[in-house]
Amino acid sequence: MAEYKGILVCGELADGKLASITTELLGCGRKLADESKEDLSCLLASDAVAGASKEAIAFGADKVHAVEHPALKEYQADSYMQVVEKVARDSAPRVILIGQTAMGRDMAPRLAFRLGTSLTTDCLDLRIDLTTKRLMQTRPVYGGNAQAVFTSESMPQMVTVRAKTMSPLERDPSRKGEVKPTKIDIDMSKVRTRILETVKEQAVGIKLEDAPVIVSGGRGMGGPQPFQTILKELADLLHGAVGASRPPADNGWVSEHLHIGLTGKIVAPDVYIAVAISGASQHTAGCSGSKHIIAINKDPEANIFREAEFGVVGKYEEVLPAFIGKLKELLAG
Amino acid sequence: MPVNMIVCCKQVPDPEAPPSVFKVVDNKMTLPPEVKPVIGQYEEFALEAALKIKDTAGGKITALSLGNNFVRDVIKKALAVGADELILLEDKAFEDGDSWATANALAAAIKKIGTYDIIFCGRQSSDWDAGQVGLGIAELLGIPAVTLARKVEVGGGKAKVERVIPDGYQVTEVTLPAVIVVTSGIGALRYATLKGIMAAAKKQPLVWKPADIGLEPSKLGAAGRRTRLDKLFQPIKESKCEIIAGETVAEAGAKLAVRLREAKLL
Ligand SMILES: Cc1cc2nc3c(=O)[nH]c(=O)nc-3n(C[C@H](O)[C@H](O)[C@H](O)COP(=O)(O)OP(=O)(O)OC[C@H]3O[C@@H](n4cnc5c(N)ncnc54)[C@H](O)[C@@H]3O)c2cc1C
Ligand SMILES: Nc1ncnc2c1ncn2[C@@H]1O[C@H](COP(=O)(O)O)[C@@H](O)[C@H]1O
Repeated sequence: MAEYKGILVCGELADGKLASITTELLGCGRKLADESKEDLSCLLASDAVAGASKEAIAFGADKVHAVEHPALKEYQADSYMQVVEKVARDSAPRVILIGQTAMGRDMAPRLAFRLGTSLTTDCLDLRIDLTTKRLMQTRPVYGGNAQAVFTSESMPQMVTVRAKTMSPLERDPSRKGEVKPTKIDIDMSKVRTRILETVKEQAVGIKLEDAPVIVSGGRGMGGPQPFQTILKELADLLHGAVGASRPPADNGWVSEHLHIGLTGKIVAPDVYIAVAISGASQHTAGCSGSKHIIAINKDPEANIFREAEFGVVGKYEEVLPAFIGKLKELLAG
Repeated sequence: MPVNMIVCCKQVPDPEAPPSVFKVVDNKMTLPPEVKPVIGQYEEFALEAALKIKDTAGGKITALSLGNNFVRDVIKKALAVGADELILLEDKAFEDGDSWATANALAAAIKKIGTYDIIFCGRQSSDWDAGQVGLGIAELLGIPAVTLARKVEVGGGKAKVERVIPDGYQVTEVTLPAVIVVTSGIGALRYATLKGIMAAAKKQPLVWKPADIGLEPSKLGAAGRRTRLDKLFQPIKESKCEIIAGETVAEAGAKLAVRLREAKLL
């Protein structure tokens, strides 16, 4: 049996550049590699990866498997899997780090089952157990109501890591490393799915992930209209963005992409105002990193008050107009 | 063309029970008896995806579930809303598996079922939230998979799937048979009709044991895990919400603005 050695990061590109999640994985991987005195390598597979490969080294990789192929421009499971499976088998790493991203969610379980090994998804913390040398993998379970620590019973030890939970290293362009161009033929006869169309919905205003203030509405808003009027008015006043819990997105009141939580966006603004949201664990899993949470809910027992720092018990139809009116006055004066 | 569909449904403790009732005791999640089991939310969406296809193209839906001690009235909801058949992999040996053990047993059961065009799974189970089993089944059966589906149409031996991607969507076409992993945009599961409930009451689920799917107990449940659960815990959370009150709710709203300015939050 092959000896498993080293750490492999499955990297990603965003607009042709090294994605931020990859710099985070490299930061984490560097630490794990140094602790076990092993190498850190990074796989980059797209149509053109030369620039990103240099960046991966500046952010901590010892070696980059650089795979270029026109079929890899847009992630497509059946072609990408051929590349990642080959690199993983040939390099036999002890640990594989993947981002808990659109690509990672789709790719990592396939790879784990192909390699016959285990995978822990959505990890928040990773450390090496000093006695067993095993990777301790911590992730939320039960919708965020608990956390579990897993270890792998098989090699390689595979994990996906949630964005923004690991810190990248300081970029150091003088770092030395090897970019290894790797030619892999992609067998197009094995590609069983075809992308017919990719549509990006242009967001108007501030992006949810970048907004310093988020005004988020839940099922209790009752329909699409208040998202466009009163919540938007408040968000605009605070130079923030409008978000939602899952039901408004499921009901088509707001775009799918405004939905915050375990299965939506994970946000951490300075101020998160939750209006008519009950505070289910799966929702707060996506906003509990906010610096300050403010809740408006008509039910004094709502769980959101356990998460919030300030709250008002009442119907939003009565609370918000007075709140916005006073706020305008204060901001003007 | 009628479509043969299998929907993988998991029975889980109600994921929307108040967070305060979830208690870890001796490395196990323990819940008070008033928390009732349900079919997981994303499996309900998966059932709805299959029912929509049955509405238009016709076909057969088999609901498949792995576990132990199923509450018949809960899991039979799949029949009540319109599934034609319910197969339960029910045995102590199936308990406490991880994604690997679960996908392996479900794939073996699906092989035994034999005819299928689409296997529907949810994007993640409503207890462990792993998000692996659907893709695992596809790999073990050697068939393609499309994830995060919010719309599915079938025709000509293929499925056209609209899948959610960051800030947009993608339309993909996949050859059948395939696994389709469903997300919430597909639409809420329809209510069971009275007729459906009566029909379900008369149907008995088929119960399969490990030997029925040809798997050794050593490959199942806790014994078949490839991950070990070392610890289950609950990070301590301090809650200290300052409730702003007033003569009227509107006054409380105005006072909230003052308080937040004072605290220099806005
Ligand atoms: C595996 C899994 C993943 C999930 N992922 C997510 C996720 O990513 N994001 C997410 O949000 N959910 C997610 N959910 C769903 C989650 O469990 C809850 O169902 C959901 O968050 C509830 O949304 P809500 O608070 O808007 O609605 P509800 O729970 O229905 O709460 C509505 C609230 O509004 C209040 N209200 C009603 N009317 C008014 C009024 N006029 N004024 C003031 N208050 C009012 C009510 O008191 C109530 O508290 C997931 C569930 C599962 C099982
Ligand atoms: N015990 C089970 N029985 C039937 N289906 C399951 C089971 N566990 C997982 N699944 C299916 O796999 C999906 C993903 O589960 P998971 O990988 O556990 O998050 C679920 O939404 C179900 O469709």
